[in-house]
Amino acid sequence: MSRWSREQMAARVARDIPEGAYVNLGIGLPTKVANYLPMDREILLHSENGLLGMGPAPTPGEEDWELINAGKQPVTLLAGGSYFHHADSFAMMRGGHIDICVLGAYQVSTRGDLANWHTGEPGAIPAVGGAMDLAIGAKETFVMMELLTKQGESKLVEACSYPLTGLRCVSRVYTDLAVFEVGENGAKIIEAIDGLDIGALSKLTRLHLSE
Amino acid sequence: MDKSMTSAAEAVADIKDGASVMLGGFGTAGMPDQLIDALIAQNVGDLVVINNNAGNGETGLAALIKAGRVRKIICSFPRQIDSHHFDAAYHAGKIELELVPQGNLAARIEAAGAGLGAIFTPTGYGTLLADGKETREIDGRFYVLEYPIRADFALIKAHRGDRWGNLVYRKTARNFGPIMAMAAKTTIAQVSEIVPLGSLDPEVVVTPGIFIQRVVAIPQASGALA
Repeated sequence: MSRWSREQMAARVARDIPEGAYVNLGIGLPTKVANYLPMDREILLHSENGLLGMGPAPTPGEEDWELINAGKQPVTLLAGGSYFHHADSFAMMRGGHIDICVLGAYQVSTRGDLANWHTGEPGAIPAVGGAMDLAIGAKETFVMMELLTKQGESKLVEACSYPLTGLRCVSRVYTDLAVFEVGENGAKIIEAIDGLDIGALSKLTRLHLSE
Repeated sequence: MDKSMTSAAEAVADIKDGASVMLGGFGTAGMPDQLIDALIAQNVGDLVVINNNAGNGETGLAALIKAGRVRKIICSFPRQIDSHHFDAAYHAGKIELELVPQGNLAARIEAAGAGLGAIFTPTGYGTLLADGKETREIDGRFYVLEYPIRADFALIKAHRGDRWGNLVYRKTARNFGPIMAMAAKTTIAQVSEIVPLGSLDPEVVVTPGIFIQRVVAIPQASGALA
């Protein structure tokens, strides 16, 4: 079965981000979206630790360890960017000012519940960071993830078995095999890899899908 | 009025065993390393620490945890690639963890500083981190009741300050500094430079001096040096 690469997934998400959007990209796979934002659109990236208008990584030797992103890597600030404290930064999320956030996930339910912060394994140290605030705060929450686990189980599910990050907060799921809209009407296929029809996707996910 | 101190040791001298201490910083950016070093040197322990993380590498909060001085930590993101001192203490049962979503941590600290009795926040509703907490539906949306987080002391790092405690910060080292400054009984700021009154532009002062009790200049910790 052919599949979209992680780079192709990032490019696909980037295509759906409009001119003028304020966007937060989560740690990991979503970070790649920044590399594909169309040059002809002004899109401002927000980082939870207090900056808007985040630019690319600095050239080697130019790192400033007081200018970092949520993943604690050195970044730069674009002309017109700004710094602010943590309460303001999370007001931007919780207050519904951020247009789109893109997050990774362990599981997403067809109605848009998200599980992405904790596997619940005994002995694992839990860490939540800004995931819960982002998931429910942004106007739209997109998820990027592989559709199937290594064991072939669907990560798009009827109900999440991992601990929840937020309820009914995800609107779109970008995977390596298909793009879905999720919400109160269940999961709808927006786009799929060539040769993968609704029947095949329903079989892979064991879900009732629409298109 | 002169809030400037001659040394980090003098600035933290009255922090006692069992104190609750907010530490500024997101990872190492904004971490008041020299104030923490002074705290380690004066041998206090049994501390309750509030920070976004649980220490990175070998400096600042990581060093405080390594020295066994922290009884409990309230934070949002303890587990990181370089949080080995916390991980070891946690697995050995030597440190208590209270996990708070990052925005709730900020909002609860801000609420304490602003004198609010509690807040209703949508973050965490329906999750494990809101288990057993009071909830309320307001205008069709669900919220969780969360209480303010205050502390005996806040140790923060800013860029420049004056003897009245007015502060400006540097880039993303600002993070929790301004709200922690409001939420502690005594806030101690380490700055790279103490400048004369009037030389900080009043239009760009981020933390007005009323929130700051002590300022100490640590010139070698200035600027981009981590």
